[in-house]
Amino acid sequence: MRSPDGGPEVPAEVFLAVRDLAKSFGRLGLFRGVSFELSPGEALVVTGRNGSGKSTLVRILCGLLRPTRGSIEYRVGERLVPGRDVKRLVGLVSPDLVLYEELTLLENLRFFARVRGLRRSDMELQTLLTQVGLESEGARRAGTLSTGMRQRLRFAHALLHEPPVLLLDEPTANLDDAGVAMARACMARQRSRGILVVATNNREELELGDQILRLGG
Amino acid sequence: MAEAGAVFLKDLQQELRNRYALNAMALFAITTLVVVGFAVGSQALPASVVAALLWVVLLFTAVASLSRVFLREEETGTALALRLAVEPEHVYLGKLLFNVVLLGAMALVVAPLFLAVMQARVGNPGLLALVLLLGCIGLAAASTIVAAIIARAAARGALFGGLAFPLLLPVLIAATGGTTRALEGAPLGAAWAELRLLLSFGVVMITASLLLFEHVWNE
Repeated sequence: MRSPDGGPEVPAEVFLAVRDLAKSFGRLGLFRGVSFELSPGEALVVTGRNGSGKSTLVRILCGLLRPTRGSIEYRVGERLVPGRDVKRLVGLVSPDLVLYEELTLLENLRFFARVRGLRRSDMELQTLLTQVGLESEGARRAGTLSTGMRQRLRFAHALLHEPPVLLLDEPTANLDDAGVAMARACMARQRSRGILVVATNNREELELGDQILRLGG
Repeated sequence: MAEAGAVFLKDLQQELRNRYALNAMALFAITTLVVVGFAVGSQALPASVVAALLWVVLLFTAVASLSRVFLREEETGTALALRLAVEPEHVYLGKLLFNVVLLGAMALVVAPLFLAVMQARVGNPGLLALVLLLGCIGLAAASTIVAAIIARAAARGALFGGLAFPLLLPVLIAATGGTTRALEGAPLGAAWAELRLLLSFGVVMITASLLLFEHVWNE
């Protein structure tokens, strides 16, 4: 994780504790009694049938949705992170995440770096694009990308602020073999420096988790 | 504030590339100008009628485009990325600035054209410019928060009108009064009541919107 002024990396000892979490939409109960704790270097894989609440759980962990019951605590060292600041800690890859189609890939990344208060040179952004296999597409508008390329762009967007917590919802969906290898490399890198949460039904990805959470019984 | 500036520049860049709001505004403005021009012909109308017609044209041109700032984010699915990366108050200020600039640019083109079509003489151009500026800020401030409120609702078009028009009534009354004084050539002091109302409305609306926006924008 970088310092807020975009300076050199600082150690990010982030801990996540989820206790007795439940979510329902009206009478429709998605899940309840979800508890786990994660420390830097640990990965959680969330699995379960369609509609069991995997994506909803990921959104709750991002701070985008409130749980119906239970608590989520992010700690940086001993300091409890206020709910409003959780978004600074997390990076999200999700099929629901859409970037600006009228803007080029570099313009998208430049925009999201600016609104996060980060200083990123075009060379750094280009390096990020190279990391996700889009090195020759920087000047291309996001609206013209294929589905697989959009997924790669989501990875670049999620990794832009080098988050200590990476939340991946169906990370290898629509990716070709090279894309899957890129996604796996990102997951491995994240495990070496922070927390990784993966929501998936892919059997191979189940092996990535130190803990596995099955939703929907 | 740099973050709000980035949101504004992003919206401007998008608008210059797809020209959705600009085209909608231009089409509406041209249509209403032509209709009013034909209906009025060469009649000399009282300043109060000219002022009211001008603000009706500006209001409906604004309604045709100002709600797009949040609708576009929700319809294209980019709102999620914006919610994740940007503090709510920066989103509001960036969108507000975009709407003020869009409406201001439109007023800069439409108002002189309209006055030329109506063959109206402006007695106090400085006062007219001030009333237009404050009126556009008030219109944009109310439209921006209403656009955020209705962005995720069904039947958005009807909702926008239903929520925005009662809110905009004080701005329109004051702006019409101020414009009448400007056309009549009254000094700045004679329009002080209207200017004070326009300024107060803008300040109250922006402050209330900043306080409310986080609840409107998030879950």
